[in-house]
Amino acid sequence: MNLLEKLDAAAAARKALLPDGVGAFGIPIEEVYSATEARIGDRRVLLLGTNNYLGLTFAPECIRAAHEAIDNEGTGTTGSRMANGSYSGHRALEREFADFYQCNSSIVFTTGYQANLGTITGLVGPGDTVLIDGDSHASIYDGCILSGADIIRFKHNDMIDMEKRLHRLGSRVETTLIIAEGIYSMLGDQAPLAEIVKLKNTYGGTLLLDEAHSLGVLGETGQGLVEKTGLLKDVDFITGTFSKSLCSIGGFCVSNHPQLNQLRYVSHPYIFTASPSPATIASTRAALELLRKGNHLRTQLWHNCIQLYTRLKDAGYVLGPDPGPVIAAIVDTPQQALLLWQKLLENNIYVNLILPPAAPEGKSLVRCSVNAAHTYEQIQYVGDVFSRLRSLT
Amino acid sequence: MTESNYNEITSLLCDRLSTLTNSNIEITPDTNLISQLSIDSIKLLNLIMEIEDTFDVSIPINALADVQTVRELADLVYKIKFAS
Repeated sequence: MNLLEKLDAAAAARKALLPDGVGAFGIPIEEVYSATEARIGDRRVLLLGTNNYLGLTFAPECIRAAHEAIDNEGTGTTGSRMANGSYSGHRALEREFADFYQCNSSIVFTTGYQANLGTITGLVGPGDTVLIDGDSHASIYDGCILSGADIIRFKHNDMIDMEKRLHRLGSRVETTLIIAEGIYSMLGDQAPLAEIVKLKNTYGGTLLLDEAHSLGVLGETGQGLVEKTGLLKDVDFITGTFSKSLCSIGGFCVSNHPQLNQLRYVSHPYIFTASPSPATIASTRAALELLRKGNHLRTQLWHNCIQLYTRLKDAGYVLGPDPGPVIAAIVDTPQQALLLWQKLLENNIYVNLILPPAAPEGKSLVRCSVNAAHTYEQIQYVGDVFSRLRSLT
Repeated sequence: MTESNYNEITSLLCDRLSTLTNSNIEITPDTNLISQLSIDSIKLLNLIMEIEDTFDVSIPINALADVQTVRELADLVYKIKFAS
């Protein structure tokens, strides 16, 4: 089988699951009306499959900041952070992230994916080890693979399993990077951070926590799981993304270790790519300010999360273990998940469809993402439709 | 390093793969994990965790890049377990 035939085989496998006319992946969104509504085809749909957790995509402060940045600095930096792409806004955002996390150092990356790639490849290399949760995001797996370090997985959120593997590493733990996530993107559950920190303190190692889905969502000021658990000082490196609660695109890493700055000279995903556009940086800075003082948004978000989680649970759906902004209905087969996804869309609700192997344990997911801008009536409507469709799964 | 250790690893792998894939194919050391057993990446990774626990070893998943057959997987486990 040549290279192109391999792609044909993959396309055939995809077609077998998704017949022509079913565009579950990469569905075209024709118009966006607000943080909660858009047009797909000729339908006005309720958006329940975005990562817009605080509902800030149309925040006037962010839009105004982006407009001003375009007017003043143009549409793009056209260069790497290493060369001509470090404007005053990039450096200011790094200072603001360091201040937000009360850390010494911060680096801004061009995407959240690259934040993990760049941090992991900067920290570990061949001969080192990464110990990762089995349900880690692809950016973590890809960063680990690119680093050349030995990759050891532990069972998702299973601390007995993690301890077994840490113990086995013996003296190699000194050059081991442990990686977990604040909120896991598939089931929406949180890492048992207190236990992870305890194991790290017992056996050693360096801890990186990805707060991509938990930034803005957990903790009084929205730092994430580190704030909710009071363990900020116990985590060595925190990464995250701008493309969820901060409603733009980009990523960051913060740390109290001064060595973080050395990543600017060794991390290819930082060096060999253009820096974020001025508009992106400006809207992210405005969003970060809103996020920090956005306790009312988090209160509303959690109210919405619990409302929908309770409705789906009461309707008999099997859900992830924790209520939160990611609420995944776990379905046995891809066909059932696809049917449910289609029927939801027919009822003007857009959610995410996740099929194996992306979904854990061979299951399929119909994943909802709740945000602070959803109204009580919108969540009630979604709950009503899911309840009516329960027999499909 | 003994032949019985190696045989034990091979035999355990064949047994586990047989259960995991629910396949009618007779699994031998030459069986190809992908083309003959169609084992997907997640199942393979989970199998590796089981093998780690059974033999009390750490098997980096990046080492699987060179593994195609049951024999190559057995060689890898054997090398990690008894090489040092």
